[in-house]
Amino acid sequence: MYLPRAWRALYLLPLAFMAAFYFYPLLSILQLSLLPGGQPDLSGFRALVERPYLRGVVWFTVWQAAVSTLLTLLLGLPAAYIFAHFEFPGKGLLRALTTIPFVMPTVVVGAAFTTLLGPRGVVNDLLQAALGLDRPPVNLLYTLWIILLAHVFYNATVVVRIVGDFWANLDPRLGEAAAVLGADRWRVLREVTLPLLLPPIAASSLLVFLFCFTSFGVILILGGPRFSTLEVEIYRQAVNYFNLPLAAVLSLVQLVITFAVMAAYTRLQARTSLPLNLRPRSSIAHRPANAREWLAVGAVITLLTAVLVAPLAALAVRSVTLGEGPPSLRFYQALTVNRSQDIFFVPPVLAIRNSLVFSAAATVLSLALGLISAYLLTAPGRAAGRLARWLDPILLLPLGTSAVTLGFGYIVALGRPPLNLRTSLALVPLAYTLIAMPFVVRTLLPALRRLDPGLREAAATLGASPTQVVREVDLPLIWRGLLVAAVFAFTISLGEFGATLLLYRPAYPTMSVVIYRALGQPGLVNYGQALAMSTLLMLVCLGSLLAIERFRVGGQGEF
Amino acid sequence: MAQLEVLQVSKAFDATPVLREVSFAVEAGELVCLLGPSGCGKTTLLRIVAGLEQPDSGQVRFEGQDLAGVPVHRRGFGLMFQDYALFPHKSVAENIAFGLRMAPKEQRLDRQSLQRRVAEMLTLVNLVGYEDRRVHELSGGEQQRVALARSLAPRPRLLMLDEPLGSLDRVLREELMLELRHILKRVGTTALYVTHDQQEAFAIADRVVILQRGRVEQVGAPAAVYRRPATPFVARFLGMQNLLPGRVVALTPQPTVATAVGTFACAGCAPEAAVGAVVTVVIRPDAAAPAASCADGDRRNCLEGTLTELSFRGSQVKIECAVGELGPRFTFDLPGAAAASLPAVGEPLRLRLDPDGVVLLPAGEENSRTDVQ
Repeated sequence: MYLPRAWRALYLLPLAFMAAFYFYPLLSILQLSLLPGGQPDLSGFRALVERPYLRGVVWFTVWQAAVSTLLTLLLGLPAAYIFAHFEFPGKGLLRALTTIPFVMPTVVVGAAFTTLLGPRGVVNDLLQAALGLDRPPVNLLYTLWIILLAHVFYNATVVVRIVGDFWANLDPRLGEAAAVLGADRWRVLREVTLPLLLPPIAASSLLVFLFCFTSFGVILILGGPRFSTLEVEIYRQAVNYFNLPLAAVLSLVQLVITFAVMAAYTRLQARTSLPLNLRPRSSIAHRPANAREWLAVGAVITLLTAVLVAPLAALAVRSVTLGEGPPSLRFYQALTVNRSQDIFFVPPVLAIRNSLVFSAAATVLSLALGLISAYLLTAPGRAAGRLARWLDPILLLPLGTSAVTLGFGYIVALGRPPLNLRTSLALVPLAYTLIAMPFVVRTLLPALRRLDPGLREAAATLGASPTQVVREVDLPLIWRGLLVAAVFAFTISLGEFGATLLLYRPAYPTMSVVIYRALGQPGLVNYGQALAMSTLLMLVCLGSLLAIERFRVGGQGEF
Repeated sequence: MAQLEVLQVSKAFDATPVLREVSFAVEAGELVCLLGPSGCGKTTLLRIVAGLEQPDSGQVRFEGQDLAGVPVHRRGFGLMFQDYALFPHKSVAENIAFGLRMAPKEQRLDRQSLQRRVAEMLTLVNLVGYEDRRVHELSGGEQQRVALARSLAPRPRLLMLDEPLGSLDRVLREELMLELRHILKRVGTTALYVTHDQQEAFAIADRVVILQRGRVEQVGAPAAVYRRPATPFVARFLGMQNLLPGRVVALTPQPTVATAVGTFACAGCAPEAAVGAVVTVVIRPDAAAPAASCADGDRRNCLEGTLTELSFRGSQVKIECAVGELGPRFTFDLPGAAAASLPAVGEPLRLRLDPDGVVLLPAGEENSRTDVQ
């Protein structure tokens, strides 16, 4: 699809935006890491090699991501099999549940896991009541276990979606052909099914690895001061120690690794679409036929539901039952009170306002830029096609760049001329816009691709001006896509944590910042306020999810 | 004893019967076609014989052994799937070698014999030099050959083919049809072949089993089935459109029926009906020859009407003849040479019908519909 000729100058807007708010900050990081103080200086890299602490950070980042990926596969693969092969009551609902992690902010998930497995967690309550103990028997907070569990929560559904969809569409006759040729069940699995599933398994593993590798909120909130990944260390070096050159070096290392994983993932993605003669899923899913199958389905479903639902349910319950006395909304009421009377400690409820305003601004901006980009990517003609092949991955890049790196890049690049926004409130919404844009573009692309050029031509021959064509033909046909993209952008912005933590101005904290701060402070009321606000944020995200599922056209966006 | 026996096999999906007490037998080395319109249950039947589905009742026996409880991979049969189901992650040679590698340990071939067998198969299907190709690089016809080679490589006791030419275009089909029969006969394997295309079945099969709505309608050699269709369904399915009701008026010297358009004698047919019974009369499209007049002598087997359509096809002329203004219309295939002796369209036409081309069928429910228009 193409924009009316007179509007084509608009194409420059997203490109200029990417240049100023993505490439410029990243190049600034590159400059700072290689040329701190204007001279080539590799002391930062030397420190990375020589200081055992920093080596430990890199090593921990890698292995926790690897272990998280393995655990995720352990739950995700059986669930993918069950989803692909069986029809069972509640499957649609469970499928909807698997989208939850995609929209749930890390601060919410962090808060939720403390309410499930922390010292004041629901699990401890139940165990204490059941076993008559007077001290909480399990405390997973600030341990590796809770980090791994949160990563499984976030990523199991990535495996379920990618591998499960592929598996469901795998031609069952390939397995049958192998069986007729003499292969027993085990050999069918080893010779046919697994080799065919390898690309999606590898692709989803890489994606999970990437997410866990750049994990920030989960590590910071659930791991406490003992655990540091590259992402967390960038934040600490930049904000706590103000060692910007070292933070830049760490960012660079992080960027190189994430881009390498991204590149590998993209290649695998291409291989996943090998011509496999995929069939519609109805052809293989069937109701469990015997007790053994029912048992397997039941076990996997229970586990998956527990992992997805238990933390969030615990959060909601805890936000009204924390402390002594009957369930009440007192922590919600406390949100309006500025207890510390500090000039920078605004009443938490103001953070809600800030979040809403920032997110709304980012939504409008990312929608406008994303729409123009999507038009550009779907423009007809060979020159445009060549351009689109270049542009498509470039527009996706922010997706593979960690939020903390981005925030750090803004601190480095946008706090000085020529683009000095240090005191501007715009930094946060600009970062949100950049983070949301790839999602907007991916959501709008299928809608635009479905637009039949014949319709526009028909409208034009009937006398519609180019502007009228957009208004009368394009908009009515893509408004659902726009709506979904808007909800997506808004939800992502609302829950954004990594970049916000580096960029927010103390007088204008967002919900995610307030939750993080309250979780880190002692005292029941602080904790209760964090839970109350997390619950509110969670409810908004769940509402967004419903809206997205309701208005989404033609299944998934193009990711 | 026949090699493969299918005995009283029934199968239903979600309470919808797909096969109803189907029985037939296949001799060793014989090529039998399961022929029927889509949805008649022929593919399900094939899957039951392969062991991919279990029958609700009935038996499948091979060389006298009941196959119930023998899992798919132990049956030693070959099955060529409709869209071939070639393994996309394996090369052509690896696809063909798959069944050989799956053989029980004591029968497994060493590497050299395995390679030799793969090469043999590639030669058989005329794909020498294709060993290392990926299957998605192959054309439809080439994929079909690889699928055939893969099924034949482990020397199956029975080869089943499910619409093997179904996804190819017409020209290629014609070409591969005869080649397929040639290869199957050369290998000498017993084969069960599913198709909905009667021309394909006739060209390939030693015998055909015609199925409709899960029931066997007729079993026989192609020529015999064509000459003597056993039911109105079979007649129509084989492309015979001239069906009309009649009443038996004599049984000797030849069975003779009276119909709205004349009296017809049939040769070599033995209706299980007494004089006076209502029957369905089938007049095969190849039964007619133009006649100068019907007035002399025998008025039986003479059709008088108007030539309403004529379409010249080279070796054949297809004509349509209407009897009376609103009466039934008949279609016939005449030899191409007969075109010269036909009147112009719209002129009166007389046709003499060969008694061998007249078939009498018991009047069933099918009979009440007079499809001749």
